[in-house]
Amino acid sequence: MYRQWTRFFVLSLKMLNGENEMNGFGSVIKKEALYIMRDRRTMVITLVMPLILLLLFGFAISTEVNNIRLVAVVDRHCDATRDLLERFAVNDYFSYLGEVNQVDVEPLLRSGKIDAALFLKTDDGKIIPQIVADGSNTTSARAVTGYIMGVIGEPSASQPVLTYTLYNPQMKSSYNFVPGIMGMIFILICAIMTSVSIVREKESGTMDLLLVSPTRPGTIILGKLIPYFVLSCAILAIMLLLAYTVLGLPLSGSIFNVVALSLIYIVLALSIGLLVSTIVDSQLTALIVSAVIFMVPVIMLSGMIFPIDNMPGVLQAVSCIIPARWYIEAMRKLMIQQLDMAYVIKEGSILLLMTMVLLFISITKFRSSR
Amino acid sequence: MNSIEKVISVKNLTKKFGSFTAVDHITFDVMKGEIFGFLGANGAGKTTAMRMLCGLSYPTSGEGSVAGCDITSQAETIKRRIGYMSQKFSLYGDLTVMENIRLFSTIYGMSDKDIKTVSARLFKELEMEEMKNALVRDIPVGWKQKLAFATATIHNPQVVFLDEPTGGVDPVTRRRFWELIYKAAADGMTVFVTTHYLDEAEYCNRVSIMVDGKISALDNPAALKKKYNVSTMDEVFRIVAKNAQRGE
Repeated sequence: MYRQWTRFFVLSLKMLNGENEMNGFGSVIKKEALYIMRDRRTMVITLVMPLILLLLFGFAISTEVNNIRLVAVVDRHCDATRDLLERFAVNDYFSYLGEVNQVDVEPLLRSGKIDAALFLKTDDGKIIPQIVADGSNTTSARAVTGYIMGVIGEPSASQPVLTYTLYNPQMKSSYNFVPGIMGMIFILICAIMTSVSIVREKESGTMDLLLVSPTRPGTIILGKLIPYFVLSCAILAIMLLLAYTVLGLPLSGSIFNVVALSLIYIVLALSIGLLVSTIVDSQLTALIVSAVIFMVPVIMLSGMIFPIDNMPGVLQAVSCIIPARWYIEAMRKLMIQQLDMAYVIKEGSILLLMTMVLLFISITKFRSSR
Repeated sequence: MNSIEKVISVKNLTKKFGSFTAVDHITFDVMKGEIFGFLGANGAGKTTAMRMLCGLSYPTSGEGSVAGCDITSQAETIKRRIGYMSQKFSLYGDLTVMENIRLFSTIYGMSDKDIKTVSARLFKELEMEEMKNALVRDIPVGWKQKLAFATATIHNPQVVFLDEPTGGVDPVTRRRFWELIYKAAADGMTVFVTTHYLDEAEYCNRVSIMVDGKISALDNPAALKKKYNVSTMDEVFRIVAKNAQRGE
């Protein structure tokens, strides 16, 4: 009994090691893994870049407005005005600089020393607030006036409007960028690195050595893709860890879904890389094609930075064929809105379909390149 | 040659890329244990013809067999019986000498035990014992070339195809490399070699000269020199190739 089991074990090991039928499948993978690891620079870039991008977008680049520098112009003090100004003074989003004369407001705004001024006029015992904001940056002006109005509250209306921002109540922009960066990184690593590594073998002639050997084309392709797939999974793990800890993305039950969808997207990016490598013949072209045709649209048209709804119709149509758009949309739903898989079925199936089409095209092209 | 067994046999082999005919109806046979020189200027179609024989490229028309198998229908079987050394004697530069040998021997389905004995023998023969853990990109070009030949023949193929195996190598190293080729041929391996160096053509048993996709001359070097009434292969080549349209 024991001997039979050992034999079975040895046989399956042999299969894994690529003897018999497999013709060196394992050794082709091992070779690629060694290649990735020996290329220290690329290895470091691939592992460090996601971290840097995530932290950069998460912390440095922020569309939130903090530290709004505010002054007040009050024509008649009363309990109500004092109470209101007190609220600004203790609010973390504002740095309240005190009261000034009406004539000083314009010079202060002009010299950029303040972001907004709040006028409190008392008329007939009623306080009429007025906001003057620096509109040179419309985004921040809109946010500033919004915040101020929020603090004041609806002064005299019969029914105050209650506003709730769901899913991201603090309006943290770091959340918002996580899906976008993931969408970008995987294209970067999978598409660019795979295409460059395959084309490098074409250039150096080692691809011919593999093709002329009994190794099947499918084995060569898989041997190339699997190590990059594993690398991408490691990067996915790092990014998720960072997003949920440092960036403080709320943990929810949908991590499994996030991973599942990301794996589809990784395979999709790998097939893009494969496709590029079958079309071009030099490493430089592979880099440029991957960067220009795949990276730029990911950044510009995927909704990562610019909302798709604001784009002209033509660009909106173009964005539909960009895989990252669907991935980012789905990731926002899963990670930020914490929705179930049921809500991302559309995005998921589009990604799956794109993956299958791309894989089919690239494998057929790879085989027929002879 | 003690046997007249044909290892390579090609009839009217043609390859077209669109309207361009890279290889135009070539016909020839190569016998077992022969060193067959495949000459031609750049662009004459040598590499294309060779790639068809190796199963890397399918012919547009014509037929051929290599190591007893048809080149169109049995390309996969051919791959087990041939070795191939590409133009830049390419190997994996970021792998060590031993890792390269291990990679190619497992690809050809050799067992661990065989790999051990064969690689031990190779290191001894090539005097590379000390280099076996060095990265291939760091070893001198002459050694790289020897190693590329060793990996191309590691599975003891019936035919080995050498695509310009001596490009960019100094004369002494070239000479040494030809000793390896002779040794392989003496062991019964058929050697199919393309080259730029016409002095190397003298080392071949038979030589074919390709001009504009066609084979313009085919015989042993002595007969060719006699036919054109000159004393070197260089002059033979010049006469045969003087009307070439293609080339650099």
